[in-house]
Amino acid sequence: MMKIKHEASERHVLTITVDNEAGILAKIAGLFTARGYNIDSLTVADITENHAVSRITIVTHGPPAVIDQIHAQLDRLVPVHKVVDLTEAGPHVERELALVKVAGTGDARVEALRLADVFRAKVVDTTTSSFVFELTGTPDKIDRFVSLMRELGLVEVGRTGVVGMMRGAEAA
Amino acid sequence: MSEERSGASILVESLVAQGVEFVFGYPGGAVLPIYDALFGDARIRHILVRHEAGAAHAAEGYARSTGKPGVVLVTSGPGATNAVTGIADAFMDSIPLVVITGQVPTGLIGSDAFQEADTVGITRHCTKHNYLVKDPSELAAIVDEAFQIATTGRPGPVVIDIPKDVQIALASWTAGPPQRPIRYNPPTTGASRDIARAIELLANAKAPIFYTGGGVINSGPRAAELLRELQEKTGAPLTSTLMGLGAFPADHPDWLGMLGMHGTYEANMAMNRADLIVAIGARFDDRVTGRLDAFSPHSTKIHIDIDRASINKTVPVDLPILGDCALVLEQLIEAWGSRKAQDLTEWKARIDGWRARKSLAYPVNKHAIMPQLAIERLFELTRAKDPIIATEVGQHQMWAAQYFHFFGPNKWLTSGGLGTMGYGLPAAIGAQLGNPDSLVIDIAGDASIQMNIQELGTATQFRLPVKVFVLNNEWMGMVRQWQELTYESRYSESYSDSLPDFVKLAEAYGWKGIRIESEADLDAGIQAMIDHPGPVIVDCLVAKEANCFPMIPSGAAHTDMILYGDEVAGTMDDAAKALV
Repeated sequence: MMKIKHEASERHVLTITVDNEAGILAKIAGLFTARGYNIDSLTVADITENHAVSRITIVTHGPPAVIDQIHAQLDRLVPVHKVVDLTEAGPHVERELALVKVAGTGDARVEALRLADVFRAKVVDTTTSSFVFELTGTPDKIDRFVSLMRELGLVEVGRTGVVGMMRGAEAA
Repeated sequence: MSEERSGASILVESLVAQGVEFVFGYPGGAVLPIYDALFGDARIRHILVRHEAGAAHAAEGYARSTGKPGVVLVTSGPGATNAVTGIADAFMDSIPLVVITGQVPTGLIGSDAFQEADTVGITRHCTKHNYLVKDPSELAAIVDEAFQIATTGRPGPVVIDIPKDVQIALASWTAGPPQRPIRYNPPTTGASRDIARAIELLANAKAPIFYTGGGVINSGPRAAELLRELQEKTGAPLTSTLMGLGAFPADHPDWLGMLGMHGTYEANMAMNRADLIVAIGARFDDRVTGRLDAFSPHSTKIHIDIDRASINKTVPVDLPILGDCALVLEQLIEAWGSRKAQDLTEWKARIDGWRARKSLAYPVNKHAIMPQLAIERLFELTRAKDPIIATEVGQHQMWAAQYFHFFGPNKWLTSGGLGTMGYGLPAAIGAQLGNPDSLVIDIAGDASIQMNIQELGTATQFRLPVKVFVLNNEWMGMVRQWQELTYESRYSESYSDSLPDFVKLAEAYGWKGIRIESEADLDAGIQAMIDHPGPVIVDCLVAKEANCFPMIPSGAAHTDMILYGDEVAGTMDDAAKALV
């Protein structure tokens, strides 16, 4: 009997600077599907004044050899300027933004607001029976907040996915 | 001085500026402006194929045999999708191609217009890079960059998709190299510390082996010369992948033959027992390594490659050297200096022991021509002419790799990575155009040759004296062989029923047809093929049941080779069946 085997994997955050040209996102996302790599989150926005360069942050997971292949495969795409594996490179910050809608009245509503304060979430919209919270933090912090809100009338969650950057004065 | 020109005209000028002699193509609605710009232009010769797959493979054959990039021109939709197999083939085998596809006008893109296909989307993962040109003013720079990308670094195909309105619209054009930023900078020479370490490993190895691949051919004829020089200095034996055949002369005493699934016993055993492997321009393909966890378990591995993504992809290596094969070989030779080679007598004696197994021996057959013998005779009778050999894919391809021998690069054209049946005939046509004075032979099988048989007409039209040598066993032989080995000889759909009469078919296309039915006619038939000044199909009827050995069965190690005469019929476990 043959079974499909799965290997132990580790999580890595990659930042990729690319020429801001048509199809580049499809090229990168497609590379991941074509070669069987995982994408946990992907964010992209242009980062230069003349809109020529975009920065993509991808959170992926896989065995170390696969992570190394992902790095090499991305690096050889013509529009890719630079790939940095933040997880490999050292101390870095990761941030994600979430919008969290919670509906309810009475004690649940009060408790939601109180917890939002603990997590330093901002109220960006409210009705008499709902809030929309804006929360920034590590993916882990957002996970915990969302899980608490689940008990207090969670309606909807939107997350940006991770952006990351090396600590210190230098560019990665 | 700049002037106004149409996109189509800028394209033609840009191709001329790149030194393009031939364009392999097929016209259609969305490329009519380009075909009109080519009309009457004597600077570029257009080779009209019979199917766009033929155009792409012909361009590959031209590129592989000349070292120059192949250029393809096809229309939108089916024109582009038909070319995709050839593009994917060139991507796998690192062949420089620039493929120009017509596209529906910009305003119709995305509307499911007539003959619309998302060519850039479809070819995204089988090209090194691709472009959708939105403005004719970008064309000159794009074509210039496309040729740089296709031909430098690890070579590969680049697609330029040009909407019809962009071909017609005017833009200002200036003669001379276009101004553009250089954003593609592949590695060239290896790091000197790595070179020094490699030399130290080579100088101290007791059982070293060179394992070379298509990268040595792609690096240019100089790389093959340097390879020979380094081999002479170190004395290490040498084996090659399918794609690398010809980089090292097959009559050299240290030549072990091809390695891998259908490689020689001595090559595979030497790989398994080596204490140092120097991989040069090879990528540890599954057809080469066999079972990965049993691949050369005791060796230190040096991997010289221009493509970072080929390093540690399947086999972890100890010393990667990123760079162009020729330049790195030059560095290694210089760093070797006047060292003396190790005494490898003991290692070579072990290799001689493996050679003595005579893994390429095959049984005598009194009733039918053994296909191996047919290739041996073809080799002997054409050897003096230093022919270019193309192949299709299957048993005949492996027999050609085993029994035909090569002494220089760019003489061997085969579809290695993608394994594309139908590659050989158009590739031979492209090679003949690039090498008009060479004897070009497509060694084919009865099934493969039918996959692009329509290209017989192309050779007729352009008066190309290509030869097609069909080893006709009335089977998709490699499929049948695997069914014999793996599925208890349940020959599901592998019989070549209703074969055409290849001699009459040849004649119908204005070719000469020759049938060889017995061993007694073999040499005369081959000689008649060589002597005929025009194109020839030889229908060589061979032993129907012959199989291709030696063989490392699916899921086995280099040390578990099957040789001719071993008991092979039977079945396999699921894990072995699941391997490709």
